[in-house]
Amino acid sequence: MIPLAWYLIFSAGLFSIGLLGVLVRKNAVSILMGVELMLNAVNINLLAFWRYLWAPEVDAQVFVAVVLIAAAAEAVVGLALIISAYRRRQTVVVDEMNLLKG
Amino acid sequence: MSAFQIVFLLIALLTLFSALMVVFARKTIHSAFWLILALFGVAATFATLAASFFVVIQVAVYIGAIAILIIFTVMLTRRSMEESGDQLLPGWGWAALVVLIVFGGLVFMLLQWQGIFQPPQVLTAGGENLENLGMALVMPDRYVIPFEVASVLLVAAMIGAIYVAGDHKKRS
Repeated sequence: MIPLAWYLIFSAGLFSIGLLGVLVRKNAVSILMGVELMLNAVNINLLAFWRYLWAPEVDAQVFVAVVLIAAAAEAVVGLALIISAYRRRQTVVVDEMNLLKG
Repeated sequence: MSAFQIVFLLIALLTLFSALMVVFARKTIHSAFWLILALFGVAATFATLAASFFVVIQVAVYIGAIAILIIFTVMLTRRSMEESGDQLLPGWGWAALVVLIVFGGLVFMLLQWQGIFQPPQVLTAGGENLENLGMALVMPDRYVIPFEVASVLLVAAMIGAIYVAGDHKKRS
């Protein structure tokens, strides 16, 4: 059987890579991809804890479902904002989105 | 080391490699394709956790909807970033250092905790209890309110996205 620690370290690694993507990429779409990776790492964590500590109760799975819904909403709104910004400024580079800068 | 563990390690390595390629791929569209592979790896991880329902949901929602949306956005915003230019911010080594510290801290905290070595719970022959999950989502004394709030959030996000992304200049 796989130890719980493997899942947790794997999900910590996936979360860190997602964080790296958020921090270092210039393209706004790539930043959203990093956020998606982080949310997936959270889901792995929740399901691993469900399997090892809480099964067969279903409470943790409800949390996973809510995280999925929040991820879908976040992706939809984020991509709509990127398309809107691109339409106004012809750019998706976050450094050049400085309309609110004083 | 059992065969199951080797399969898990292969899935984990493939997922982490694709995630790294998402971050470091030169073209954004290639990042999006690597993201699809990483999401498949996460779905396979869910399968090793006996959460078959979420495997289906992962493939349908993440790969079927979110990844396709991301690819559409990449294609719609193609001209803005020249594909040959540098995709990473200058000084990304510092960000990598911060991320390494975060990862090290997470693993250190995990290893302090004794619970990580305990065996998994025993599941009945049918695997996860999908009927219980469905009932929990609609029973008033359990999770009906979070579930409905999440539904309203999703609808509001969809309507907001249509409004924000719509082209208002042409219509008026």
